[in-house]
Amino acid sequence: MKRRDFLKQSVFASGMTLVPSFLKGMEFLSPDQLSGYKNVIIIQLSGGNDGLNSIIPISNDIYHNLRPSIAKKSNQTLKITDHLAFNDNLKAIKNLYDQGEVSIINNVGYPNPNRSHFRSTDIWQTASDTNQYLNTGWVGRYLDANCQHPYQAIEVDNSLSLALKGDQMNGIAVSDPNQLYRTTREPFFKNLVQNAEKEMLDEDNQGYLYKTMLETYSSASYIHETSKIYQTNTEYPQNSFAKNLKTIADFIVSGLKTRVFYSSLGGFDSHVNQLNSQDRLLNIYSESVGALVKDLKKNDRFKDTLILTFSEFGRRVKQNGSRGTDHGAANNVIAIGGALKKAGVFNELPNLSDLDENGDIKYTVDFRSIYASILHNWLAVNDQTVLNTNFKKLGFI
Amino acid sequence: MIKPFIQITVLTTNTVTMSAPLSDKQIQHLYWRAGFGISSAELKTVRNLDKKQIVDRLFLASMQSTALSMDFGALLKKQKDLSREERKQVRQLRNQKMSELNALWFQKLIETNQTLREKITLFFHDHFSVRLRTPRACLHLNNIIRRHALGNFGDMLMEVSKSPAMLLFLNNRQNKKDHPNENFAREVMELFTLGRDNGYTETDIKEAARAFTGWNFNKEGTFVFRQQHHDYGIKTILGNTGNLTGEDVINILLKEKQTARYIVQKIYAYFVNEIIDHKHIEQLTGVFYDSNYNLETLFKAIFNSDWFYDSKNIGIKIKSPTELIVGLSKPFKVKYQDPKVLLYLQKKLNQMLFFPPNVAGWPGGKSWIDNSTLMLRLKLASVTLNSGVIEWHEKGDMPENMMIRRQFYKKIKSQVEKKVKASPNWDIFLSTLEQKEASELISFLLQPKLSATAKKMVSQLDVKDTKNFVIEVLSLPEYQLC
Repeated sequence: MKRRDFLKQSVFASGMTLVPSFLKGMEFLSPDQLSGYKNVIIIQLSGGNDGLNSIIPISNDIYHNLRPSIAKKSNQTLKITDHLAFNDNLKAIKNLYDQGEVSIINNVGYPNPNRSHFRSTDIWQTASDTNQYLNTGWVGRYLDANCQHPYQAIEVDNSLSLALKGDQMNGIAVSDPNQLYRTTREPFFKNLVQNAEKEMLDEDNQGYLYKTMLETYSSASYIHETSKIYQTNTEYPQNSFAKNLKTIADFIVSGLKTRVFYSSLGGFDSHVNQLNSQDRLLNIYSESVGALVKDLKKNDRFKDTLILTFSEFGRRVKQNGSRGTDHGAANNVIAIGGALKKAGVFNELPNLSDLDENGDIKYTVDFRSIYASILHNWLAVNDQTVLNTNFKKLGFI
Repeated sequence: MIKPFIQITVLTTNTVTMSAPLSDKQIQHLYWRAGFGISSAELKTVRNLDKKQIVDRLFLASMQSTALSMDFGALLKKQKDLSREERKQVRQLRNQKMSELNALWFQKLIETNQTLREKITLFFHDHFSVRLRTPRACLHLNNIIRRHALGNFGDMLMEVSKSPAMLLFLNNRQNKKDHPNENFAREVMELFTLGRDNGYTETDIKEAARAFTGWNFNKEGTFVFRQQHHDYGIKTILGNTGNLTGEDVINILLKEKQTARYIVQKIYAYFVNEIIDHKHIEQLTGVFYDSNYNLETLFKAIFNSDWFYDSKNIGIKIKSPTELIVGLSKPFKVKYQDPKVLLYLQKKLNQMLFFPPNVAGWPGGKSWIDNSTLMLRLKLASVTLNSGVIEWHEKGDMPENMMIRRQFYKKIKSQVEKKVKASPNWDIFLSTLEQKEASELISFLLQPKLSATAKKMVSQLDVKDTKNFVIEVLSLPEYQLC
């Protein structure tokens, strides 16, 4: 397109009628293609969520003895079995559970657990061993091995997590698709992008900046154009986490060719007076996920969606001196989906009479087994290329 | 740029004491890393000095430490004297004061002449990362760091550890004899001294937590040692056994050469190159440790070295959002009438002063960059300096198009002006520019060598419209590096 034509259009076009040329050939999914296009939403509860006060071993005396002032009483919980109960702030999750749409996987962790937020988050996000330092994330490596476009993994947030950083390709971070798109329409940058050739870019920081710019340019247009198709009218709670989930629903229902969505809810580092703060956060989590599932169901996309919720570690079984809990190890993971193979309580409850030397729960399920199951059973790709090791696949999905 | 001959003459007559002269690019490098860039006027002044003289000049300018101060108003009242309604107001006031504190420091970064001190303060603000909503404690911690920025790291560490901000943030107030809280003990080793997995064990952490029991502060914000909460038992930490106190733990950690090495590595990655040269690290670790953790000695060793000025260290660092915004604002003496704009920019670029993501601080480097931050970063020069417009000129453009375009830009500008409310002083910037040739301007404005793409782009730009040329050059990805 000639510059003056472009200018005229950008001056006179009142709406967004101008479709950039590089969009041609990039199609979104039509309604019948939409069905069966599987995706996974990964939610990190950052800070180390206390799994024992989320899904509670309510009949276990050790639990009550070690947590005299912060253990949940029966009347503060929603019964699952005689031995297990949801925190009563997880009402929406409990409803899904009752419909056979939740699988609870207990004792998830890894050998020699690290109790630093940052290191353990890195381990979870890169799917590394405890003493192995990787600078690519497992979703990033999934992109490298299986995808053509960065937008096939989207983090709905202001910045991109290590999980979505690959060797060849990074996922896209977007919290507001319109804003991202508007900045790419600047004539100066458009010209810069047209002058840039991907093959010529170096591996250094400068090359990285140019590469990111090129990828942003094409992805921003794609996401913007496609996500305009559907705007949900389902009601979501008023908080930024719910807003992010709403954006994810818009993307899924619009038919974005995205396989992995990533989002997080922070504030779970409950060293002090944890009851109020954790309950408030669990309520935000539960109500927001409830709205998301309702939205997806309404549009017949829940059957193609899997929602995985994890935290970088659980917390110590024994409460500390400030009505809180210190950093722990293994924890429960929640899988929510419309097409689970095994719903309910997936495996044995934590054994509180056999804790590790720090007084933390021992792991019996390697978290990478869960990733492997998602990659292999759900996204139907080779999990070993992504995880580098053959982890046992689990039958929850 | 033509070097004045006088410099060479001086060099030949005085070779014993003079170090090699620095090129303009190298001087700019020093000023970017030790501060937030250089003005034309300053470059003109220091061009005739030798390396050591320039470095000394930077330290001299930062000799004084000017503390931040602000009025906390009702926040100084005692909690128990307040009514329910007043408490609610206090909470709101606290948030408001946090924003004011952020703006206060940011404006100082833009206006100060003590740039080296502020840059090092910014580094340790990231190192001793605290995220709280208590403005008094945050201001106090910030001033501790500033006061020791060119002093002794050990003193800084001790005072920071005893500050209300740190005691609050890492829960040491709750760390008591019968119920130890390990949070501070863990982070002081993992993040503040030895570095993760560097020669300490979980047992060391548990034992250190016992030693820190009883560290607390009173209502006035003064450190107090509460004996009844302290564990007077025998502890063993990193091979040292005894009735150890918190002070003992800090001193044991400082005795470990690994602490010097870890701090040096972080400083090297921040000020020199994120790709570590182990030879330089070992040399600097020796200097730092032998000086008993003197920061001035360490920084002088870095800035006076030859390798600091190697081309492989120049123009390769991705500017932090603060470096980027301050670096853009300083030469134009930009006034932000609405402090919310500065907060917004910091938030969108993922670096809000006083709100690091967690106790590990900002990860930095490439992690500043993703698709959304990059586009805003590239737009930043036009937003701050030209009301959001990069006036695109093309040679041989038709007059009617230029007219349409001007009207279009005018509309955008008035919209953005209302929102951004930033007033740059272009007169000062333009009148002090020494050169107005394309290649000279580019060399002054950008630290890295131009990519092939940028070269092509630049060849299409019109240098006669200096103001717009400057904005266009500052909008290139190359400006993101220093």
